[in-house]
Amino acid sequence: MVPLSAYVAVSAVLFITGLLGVLIRRNFIIVLMSVEIMLNAANINLVAFSYYLESMAGQLVALFVIAIAAGEAAIGLAIIIVVFRGKISTNVDEMNLLKW
Amino acid sequence: MTDLLIKLIPVFPLLAVIINGLAGTRYSHEIAHRLAWGSVGLSFLCTLGVFADVAQTGVAHEVIAYQWIFGGDLTINLAYLVDPLTCIMLLVITGVGLLIHIYSVGYMHGEAGFTRFFTYMNLFMVSMLLLVMGNNYVVLFIGWEGVGLCSYLLIGYYYDKVSAAKAASKAFVVNRIGDAGFLLAIFLIFINFKTLDYTKVLAQVSQLSPEMATAIALCLLVGAVGKSAQLPLYTWLPDAMEGPTPVSALIHAATMVTAGVYMIVRNHPIFDLSPTAMTIVGIIGGVTALFAATIGLVQTDIKRVLAYSTVSQLGYMFLGCGIGAYTAAVFHLMTHAFFKALLFLSAGSVIHALSGEQDIRKMGGLSRKIPWTYRLFLIGTVAIAGIPPLAGFWSKDEILAHAFTHEHYLLYGMAAVGALLTSFYMFRLTYLTFYGSSRMDHHTEEHVHESPMVMVGPLMALGVLSVFGGFLGFPPDHGWLHQFLAPVAGMGGEHEASTGLVLLLMMIATGIALIGWGVAHYFYSVNLSAPDRLAAKFQSVYQTLLNKYYVDEFYDLLWVEPTKKLGLLLDWFDRTIVDGLVKGVAQMAELGAAGSTWMEKYVIYSGLNVIGYGNHLIAKQWRQLQSGLVHHYAAILVAGLFLLAVIIQFIMQL
Repeated sequence: MVPLSAYVAVSAVLFITGLLGVLIRRNFIIVLMSVEIMLNAANINLVAFSYYLESMAGQLVALFVIAIAAGEAAIGLAIIIVVFRGKISTNVDEMNLLKW
Repeated sequence: MTDLLIKLIPVFPLLAVIINGLAGTRYSHEIAHRLAWGSVGLSFLCTLGVFADVAQTGVAHEVIAYQWIFGGDLTINLAYLVDPLTCIMLLVITGVGLLIHIYSVGYMHGEAGFTRFFTYMNLFMVSMLLLVMGNNYVVLFIGWEGVGLCSYLLIGYYYDKVSAAKAASKAFVVNRIGDAGFLLAIFLIFINFKTLDYTKVLAQVSQLSPEMATAIALCLLVGAVGKSAQLPLYTWLPDAMEGPTPVSALIHAATMVTAGVYMIVRNHPIFDLSPTAMTIVGIIGGVTALFAATIGLVQTDIKRVLAYSTVSQLGYMFLGCGIGAYTAAVFHLMTHAFFKALLFLSAGSVIHALSGEQDIRKMGGLSRKIPWTYRLFLIGTVAIAGIPPLAGFWSKDEILAHAFTHEHYLLYGMAAVGALLTSFYMFRLTYLTFYGSSRMDHHTEEHVHESPMVMVGPLMALGVLSVFGGFLGFPPDHGWLHQFLAPVAGMGGEHEASTGLVLLLMMIATGIALIGWGVAHYFYSVNLSAPDRLAAKFQSVYQTLLNKYYVDEFYDLLWVEPTKKLGLLLDWFDRTIVDGLVKGVAQMAELGAAGSTWMEKYVIYSGLNVIGYGNHLIAKQWRQLQSGLVHHYAAILVAGLFLLAVIIQFIMQL
């Protein structure tokens, strides 16, 4: 039996990894991947607590998260492709059009 | 030990599918085909191990490989049930499958998509193994759909050929009709028993009301009819001959099309409860056996004759099921797998030798040029015609004998006439292909060559099986096979026939086969103009047979064309009415928008501009914060969250 704390610890490590990725990395694709990691960290948490609390709600939400993550990846990649066509770059520092 | 072997059986081909499917283009064809037939060979070895255990102990093994779906009343496992019936099916599938895989190495040599072919073949093996090994209806259904998919992929193997692509779609669509019936049956079974495991369902079958049993049995039958190409859903099988010949041998003769028979035998307690369903099974089988045999009489494509003969032989198996002779049906299934695979592969060898020619009107006199193919084809012909002591005689005679002793005289008559026609058209095929003078064109004739050892070897093995396979069921009704299958199929012999009657029926069956041979010999060896004169005399009958009773045309008229017309009608409805409405709404909106624009431009803007200018002044300062860089925002977000966490922590502590 794996204790709940282990799941939470794994989830936290994953979440921090993803967060640092989002903040530090400059490649849009890697940023997007990092966001996925964070979502999956949340999923682990949801499922672990769902099992711990013996309620199906958490697993349901995790399923929703997976669906949303898929949608998010699709839209994110589409944006990257559009930007890349205009700028020939996937560097987030150069994507500052979204202002004023 | 046995449990492990059982679990391993489907794993080897699956591994080969994964490796060949994902990386097949990265290495040579030699490696790809070794992987393919090697994996089937390993499965065959495992099957032998399992078989030895089951044959010794007579115990059915139920192995749960993986707990798959569970919730509420529903528990579905990926689990295997290996009992004597499954053992026989496994031996046929992996044994014949292995031989056909080896044969394919020679037959498919140099084809484009060589690796793709073996990947599909192995995927087919996996699906077929799941189909017969599953311990519940869902695993059966997965295998059922899997083999359907592989059949589609392999019929359409030459996908740039229009006829092949069409035949593949046809097989797929026609099979869906049957599958819908099968699904309904599964739902009905679940509603009634709250479980889908064979052992549990079949143990409580007696609780069913007769009406419900009939409903389930008929739905199952619809599925079986689709998969096993019986009337009225047989039309896809002859067209399926567009696929490569090893595919026809493996999928459309030896294994997949027998899945319907397997399913009926597996579920025979349900069928036993419903005399109506049994009668319908028997009649479908009998009529199909006769009907397909008559079409086979006049076809001129070597593979199509064999295809109609397959439909007809499957009809015999259904007939056997319909009169309760389940062991005989499985026996015929097994011997049929041997001799029909042999016939198809020899036909493939003929086609190979003639550089792709399939029309028997352009063959003839091949017996000296390709002697081994000729000998083996002859063995297959004698076996299917039912001449003792070859395999086909014992199994077919057993079905005929059961029909007679159980007083189904009409079915017996149909089957007997079918047997006569079978013997005739098979010997017609042999005579036209191998005897007489050559009708090949000069160019083809120069290139005729015996197939390589890698093709003839498997043929020899199948030839041996076709000769001796029948003795597994010898003596009739009390052979080894009957003892072995008794726990599953029952002995079924409350009408114990006297030895004299059995011998008489055997003699009649042999006589029928010999008459068919004699007529074929007269028509195609002695009096060569007789067939043409007969055809001219009965012109309308001949044309009807040649056009396969116009069933395809009839289905086109009845279903395909109306469906296409409905599609066109819906398309028109969509374009004119739905799109018209949408466009109308859009125009209304445009009109309203024009009015609003004027209002906004001159009335609202002037008012807002005053507020806007004030905002603009403030925003000029604040907008510096919006850099447009996503990670700036993210950093601010994280900082804010962190702050929030600290604050909450403080409040908690207070």
